[in-house]
Amino acid sequence: MAVADAQKKSSRADTAAPETDTAAAVPPLTQEQELSAYRQMLLIRRFEEKAGQMYGMGLIGGFCHLYIGQEAVVVGMQMTLKDGDEVITGYRDHGHMLACGMDPKGVMAELTGRQHGYSKGKGGSMHMFSVEKGFFGGHGIVGAQVPLGTGLAFANKYRGSDNVSVTYFGDGAANQGQVYESFNMAKLWMLPVIYVIENNQYGMGTSVARASATTHLYMRGRAHDIPGEHVDGMDVRAVKAAGEKAVKWCREGNGPIILEMLTYRYRGHSMSDPAKYRTREEVEKVRTEHDPIEQVRARLLSNKWASEDDLKKIDAAVRATVNEAAEFATHDPEPDPAELWTDVVR
Amino acid sequence: MAELTYRDAVARGIAQEMARDPDVIFFGEDVAKPGGVFKATVGLYEQFGPKRVRDTPISEQAIMGAAMGAAMTGLKPIAEIMFSDFFAVCFDYIANEFPKSRYMSNGQLKCPLVVRTGNGAGSRFGAQHSQSVENWCMMIPGLKVVAPSNPRDVIGLMAAAVRDPDPVIFFEHKSLYPVKGEVPDGEIVDTLGTAAIVRPGKDASILALALMVPRALEAAERLKAEHGIDCEVIDVRSLVPLDTQTILGSIARTHRVFTVEENPRLCGWGAEIVSIIADEAFYDLDGPPVRITTPHIPLPAADVLEDAVLPTVQRITETVRRSLQS
Repeated sequence: MAVADAQKKSSRADTAAPETDTAAAVPPLTQEQELSAYRQMLLIRRFEEKAGQMYGMGLIGGFCHLYIGQEAVVVGMQMTLKDGDEVITGYRDHGHMLACGMDPKGVMAELTGRQHGYSKGKGGSMHMFSVEKGFFGGHGIVGAQVPLGTGLAFANKYRGSDNVSVTYFGDGAANQGQVYESFNMAKLWMLPVIYVIENNQYGMGTSVARASATTHLYMRGRAHDIPGEHVDGMDVRAVKAAGEKAVKWCREGNGPIILEMLTYRYRGHSMSDPAKYRTREEVEKVRTEHDPIEQVRARLLSNKWASEDDLKKIDAAVRATVNEAAEFATHDPEPDPAELWTDVVR
Repeated sequence: MAELTYRDAVARGIAQEMARDPDVIFFGEDVAKPGGVFKATVGLYEQFGPKRVRDTPISEQAIMGAAMGAAMTGLKPIAEIMFSDFFAVCFDYIANEFPKSRYMSNGQLKCPLVVRTGNGAGSRFGAQHSQSVENWCMMIPGLKVVAPSNPRDVIGLMAAAVRDPDPVIFFEHKSLYPVKGEVPDGEIVDTLGTAAIVRPGKDASILALALMVPRALEAAERLKAEHGIDCEVIDVRSLVPLDTQTILGSIARTHRVFTVEENPRLCGWGAEIVSIIADEAFYDLDGPPVRITTPHIPLPAADVLEDAVLPTVQRITETVRRSLQS
């Protein structure tokens, strides 16, 4: 848990003990699960790298917030969900969309502002949705999705289903007021919502320690009697294990729960951020010692669950998918101006 | 036919829709067990139970966000913001979330919700509990905005708002809650985007909204009786969509237009309507459009001061008379 250690070093006097510590024993994944996680995380990584390149080439404009480094969080959580569960997040949303099973071509074409993008060019990087896949956005205002995700959970409970709402937000959003309105309402009404705080150590260019009076964000529900757990968000096994417990907690009618995923964003806040507020060494250390994909890769090899060749094949297949998406998004026609006037409230 | 207060019409309108559709839910601060701070929702909790009618924490952002979250799955929440001034506390949802979801999601996300709110002055509550903020909402693409002036319209427009697939901001006027009106028996379903000619006339058109409608009507009677000026009074009812056909049709007959607005003067709803009139009906006019508004100042609390800033029957009467007789 080097990310957690780094955070502890930088935090102020947070003396309270963690409520639970998942670092002790991380349940293993099966061969099939490791391979699936590897493919999923690699797809997000390669997709985001390609999006970054295409942004640099001027094919993608506007905002573009990359998920590189955080792949284990959404992939691990997604392994715990079932049909009918809902996912909602903020603006760093490409990884969530791919993990939910949305078509990489449609996501990339939205980034390039093309006709067959998920929102036909009317959403952009931060605003895509797939009700079919249970993905409710893609929201641009920091923290705004937290009450929305709470409302998704309200609907699940109202309808008597055992579905859960997985509501993601970042360490930055954790300091927004509506988060605490949501915590209170969710606990008061015992709503099945998992608040996943993706603590990637920086809210824009300000580190958690410089922005938060208390840096153990999983404790932020304590005043509302919402249990919280901090999780090594770089280890997909730990994420899945914590996710399973949280999902069970919610499905069984125990109300909301908070999972703080300790993770790390390799790139800047957005493509326009050179991230000069941290050292190259800090980034390199996480990359070389804790990369979420490398961890799975190493286990696959050491367990002899996959050979170098097998992994190369997976890599090639993922690259092909991403290249196909990029190709599609480059050559798909731009939206017809008539599209401006569809889905308008009149 | 029964005589009902505007306040009781709110409860009846909500009950009508909740009885019809189990997807309709209702929540807000003090709306369930206490029956609403203005007693406009008395009896709903008893009739529909705690699952569908809920008191919320005093958390306007969570109320608005949860309403939209539920609406995204197909529920049809009616959520109350007690005073429309509090829209400022949760404006992210009103301005950034509700109105954009359908457009940004390529039509995948629906937002079939209604926000009811107590709007307007007359109760001496001062600058933070008395404002008319319908213009705040009118200017945002993606919202529908209605403001009924009488009990029958409360029920009919509530039904229309609940059944509409898009977010509707439903402005109830606090000073109209005790006002009585005739209401037909049985289900009432009105149409959004329709204005009503509440008094036909030939000399001038007076456009009014909510509490300003009864004042405009009284002024019209006075103008007729004392000055022989015959005004047509239009209850605009719905700012978005706006019934330009009824408004422009009236001006084509009367050739003069006045707006009576409770919102502050700058960027009030009448400014937009006058701009539309300038575009569409300039040559129908025999004189300049005149806006009768609250001035561009915060609302004061004291009786005498509050009364001095809102458009009164006297001010409407005098303004119309001077404009037509000059």
